[in-house]
This record gives sequence, structure tokens and C-alpha cells, in this order.
Amino acid sequence: MTAATHESGAVTPAAPARPLPAAAPRKVRGRQERSPWASVVLHCTLILATVIAAFPVVWILFISLGPKNAWQEPGQVLSHLSLHNYSDVLAHSDLAKWFLNTVIVAGGTTALGVFLASTAGYAVSRMKFPGSRQLMWTFLVTQMFPSIVLIVPLYLLMSELHLLDNYLGLILAYATTAVPFCAWMMKGYFDTIPKEIDEAGRVDGLTPIGTFWRLIVPLAKPGLAVTAFYSFLTAWGEVAYATQFMQSDHYTLAVGIRTFAQDQRPDWAWTSATAIIITIPAAIVFMLVQRSLVSGLTAGGTKS
Amino acid sequence: MTTAASTGTTNKTARGDGPSPRPARVSALRRSWDKYWYAWAMVAPVAVVITVLVLYPLGYGFYQSLTNANESNVATTIGAFHRPATYDFVGLDNYWHVLSGADGDFYPRLVWTVVWTVSCVVLQVGLGMALAVLLNREMRLRGFYRAMLILPWAVPSFIGVFAWRLMLNSQYGVFNEIITAFGLPAQNWLGTPLAQKVAVIMVNVWIGIPFNMVALLGGLQSIPKELYEAAEMDGASPWQRFVNVTLPGLKPVSNTVILLGCIWTFNMFNVIYLLLGNNTTGDTDILVTFAFHKAFNGISDYAGAATYGIIILALLLAFSTFYRRNTLKSEQA
Repeated sequence: MTAATHESGAVTPAAPARPLPAAAPRKVRGRQERSPWASVVLHCTLILATVIAAFPVVWILFISLGPKNAWQEPGQVLSHLSLHNYSDVLAHSDLAKWFLNTVIVAGGTTALGVFLASTAGYAVSRMKFPGSRQLMWTFLVTQMFPSIVLIVPLYLLMSELHLLDNYLGLILAYATTAVPFCAWMMKGYFDTIPKEIDEAGRVDGLTPIGTFWRLIVPLAKPGLAVTAFYSFLTAWGEVAYATQFMQSDHYTLAVGIRTFAQDQRPDWAWTSATAIIITIPAAIVFMLVQRSLVSGLTAGGTKS
Repeated sequence: MTTAASTGTTNKTARGDGPSPRPARVSALRRSWDKYWYAWAMVAPVAVVITVLVLYPLGYGFYQSLTNANESNVATTIGAFHRPATYDFVGLDNYWHVLSGADGDFYPRLVWTVVWTVSCVVLQVGLGMALAVLLNREMRLRGFYRAMLILPWAVPSFIGVFAWRLMLNSQYGVFNEIITAFGLPAQNWLGTPLAQKVAVIMVNVWIGIPFNMVALLGGLQSIPKELYEAAEMDGASPWQRFVNVTLPGLKPVSNTVILLGCIWTFNMFNVIYLLLGNNTTGDTDILVTFAFHKAFNGISDYAGAATYGIIILALLLAFSTFYRRNTLKSEQA
């Protein structure tokens, strides 16, 4: 048995077959231990993958630090490192305005998304009320909608309600994409908070909504944070709705950057600097919540 | 609440005079209202938003797909001038026009959409799985690798697409320099249809791998270690362990990941629209981007776009129902 374990341990990640180590006292190598060769192969593969994953992002950062025509002559960048593109684009374009627009829209989406998702998630988690199944099912199907099914009717609806080219209109549109997923995630989170807490609150004379607001919401802060960040990121990176709904004064970053990265003559100096400015807040937010995001995403799918 | 309570009372007086079982039922209804009213109150906001902004537009879109609405005949208000809508109801004509192949676009776009979805999902899940297996072990720098490998997901997708557009530039792009250094021929990546197709798949796979990797890694970690030990005792080779322990153990996660991947890729708008912009002959348009161009380029064909939207939704619903039924069956088996 020892021999068998040893053998299979040595070959684990497609490593070249390897002579038995001289270490005479036959140490049993568990599955998690590797031969040095296997380690080398493993690390080389992962380093290669890391390079591929990171390269485009690093490259655009690299180009953004160079002179105006750096994208045509990348070799010039290292000898002319500067933040000139950043100061240039901040001073001579509407970037600051777009940034503000995006912050307003993303902030509004976050507030609305958290409110809608947490109330709905709580109700579904605590009560098996008539209609709860249908509601969750609707959320699930909504995630399946291609934005194109809704974009034209929404566009016409918004124009009737005078919500085109309006922060509120875009916030509402984003809420419809963010809320279904967030409600699933919040339901999962509320499920982990013991029901006894609600019961104790009721016994002490709190109304159901008081229980939710005073007892459960403070306990659910981590879940709410993930919901908030997800809503925020949805709004931060959306292109299709923003392109159609907003006019130049209300451009968000995702639309604004396209005025630099036009189809014909893209201005890569400004585009790359803008791209980095847009990425930093999003990446920070993302890294803070990514672990919970994934469990939420897959839980939403498997629990249905 | 008051309304329903009073309705309950009226019902009682109306029906419940005789010694019938009715009153019990009515009071049950009333009790259920007393019990659930706050649950309904709490879902009311989301129900309103979803109804107004999802279900109503969906119904409206469906209605439009039965008309010949386009930019020149929908209701518009320009300043003080209001023009009423003049489009007509045409029944299922649009669907017939599209599904019979008469518009000449639907089937080519559908075929490419399917090719695109399948190749992206296979590559994303396959490579994501490979990386997850590599990461699922004790080693130095594991946290670093994990953080770097999810970078493409942390960056907003449109930024990732722009980065690739910069790299893929045929004249100055660094990507061509890299592949020629490896002895591969340079391509006009964003120019010719075939190269464009390869490029969009490549970019979408790059964006999609991290989610698959992280989700599958979570699944791998939830497989009990005892199963591997038992398989080892029985003398299973690493490959046998992968096929007979890892893959079945991953099923719940991988089924979800594949379903989500298919839906997201089928609907993936950003990559194709932003990577190629208008520098395309239309060959690389999937159904979603094609419908978008229909709705907003040239004379907006709202009815045509709505028809495509409804067809896309129907395809996805049919696919996911079918998929769920099959995976449930195989999970129970």
C-alpha cells in the first residue's frame, strides 16, 4: 500500500516519471506533496497563466505612462516615463464630469439595489408566503434576459416618462439588472441568520419591520456590503444602456471613453490613461468582495 | 390590510350564514393575510420595480414584435410638436419573416452565435478547471497566483476589451510581435472576418476564465478528502481519480457554471460590440449585437429588434429548461 501511495503521489500533476528518491526510509508522500520536478512544472504553468492574465492590463498601464504616441512606439516608453497623459486627459476632456456622473449613477444604483434586494431577500427567507416562489423564479429568469429584449421597450418607456438622459432613469434600468442576483444572494445570507433572533425581537414587542431594521440589518452587514459592491460594479461597467439613454452632458465613463477610443482613429494615450483611472476603483472594490461574490453567484444557481 | 380584512368580512356575511365550511376557509384567508401582510409589504417595492421595468417592457416588446414599428412611425415629441404613432399590427409576420429565413440574417447569425457560445464556454470551463485543479493544493505563492489570475475579472469588461484592442492592432499591436516571436504568422486581427472571430473568442475567454476558475476551485474544496483517500486505497491512478471522484463531485458547481456561462456568452454584448465597433462586415455579429444594430443604427427597426429579442429569450428559456431537466436527471441518477 505504501508503494502505491508513493507512486501515485509522485506523478500527480502530469509530471515526468521520476526515479524513486534516495531518501531511503520510505516516507509516505501524501497527495498534497510533490516531487521537485512536479513543483517546477506546476509553478511554470501558473506563471505562464499569470502572465497571460495580467499582460493586457499591465500593457495598457505601461502605454498610459508613455508619451502621446507610445502605442506606436512602445520602446520609447521606458525612457519617457511620465504621468503626462493623465494630467492631459483630466485637464482637457470631460473626464471629471463623466467620473462624477458615473459615481452618481453607481451610488444611486447601490442604494436602490441594496434596499430592494434586502427587503425582498428577507421576506423570502423568513416567510414562505404565497407568491414567494414565483418571485424568486422571476428573478432567475430576469437574469437570462438579453439586454436587447428590454432596451428598446425601456427606451420608449423612459422617453414617455421623460427619464431619458436622466440619472434616475439609468439608475432604475441598472437596478433591474442588479436586483435579481442581489435578492438571491441576500436570501442566502439571511438564511444563515438564526430565526430565533427574529422571534426574540417579536417577543420583545418589535413590529416585523422593526425586527428587520433594528436586529437583522445590523447582523447582515457583510451580506449587504457584497450586495452594495455588486450593484456598484454593475453600474460602473455597463455599456449598452448608458450608450443609448444618456446624452453628452450625462455620459458615464463607459460611454465617455468611447469618444477617445473611436472606431477609426483611437486616441490611445487618452484611452489608456482613462482606462487605468476607471479600473482602479473598480478593481479595489472587486478584490474586497470577490470571495463572497462567487459563493453568492453559484448558490443562486444551485438553490433554485 | 384593512381592505382585505373588510373584504373578508363581507365574504363571510355573504356566504357564511349556513353551517357550511366556508367561514373556516375565509378566516384562513384572513389569517394568511394577517400572517403575511408584512412579507408582501416588504416585497412590494421590488415587485413594483420589476413589474414596471421588466415585465411591462417585456410585454411591450412582445407587442412591438407583432407590429411594424420603426423610427419613422412611433410616437414622438419634438419640441411642442407631437406626432402620434402610426404603426400597424401585423400579427406574426415578423416572426415568420425571421424564422423562415427570409430576412437572410437570422440563420447565419444563429449559427455563429452557437459556435461562439460553445467554443467560449468549452474553453472557459476547460481552462478554468485546469487552473482550479492546479491551484487546489498547498504551495508557495498560492495567494499571489490566485489574485493575479482573477485580474481579468476585476477589471471592468469594457476596459479589458480596450486593452485587447490596443494589443491586437494590426500595424502596431504588441500581440502580433509576440506571436511572430514564437514563429506564428502575424494576422490582421481586427480586419478579416475569420481573424475577427478568433479574436473575439480569445478576448471573451480571457475575460471569462477567472469566474470559472474561482467557482470550480470552491467546488473542488468542498469535495471530501476521504473520497480521494478511498480511491487511492483502491489503486486508482490520478487520472481515474479525476474522472471518478473530482468530476462527479464538481457536478453541482460545474452544472451551474456551464449554464451561467452559456447564458452570459449568448448575451455577451460588450466584447463584440466594443472590440470591433463598426469595423465589421456583420459576419461577427451574434444575435444580440445584430439586434442592437437593428434597433439603433440607420432607421431604427424597433419591431425587428423586438422580434429578435423575443426569439433570443425563447431560445435561452428553452435551453435552460432542457439543460436543467437533463442535469437534474443525471444528478439524481
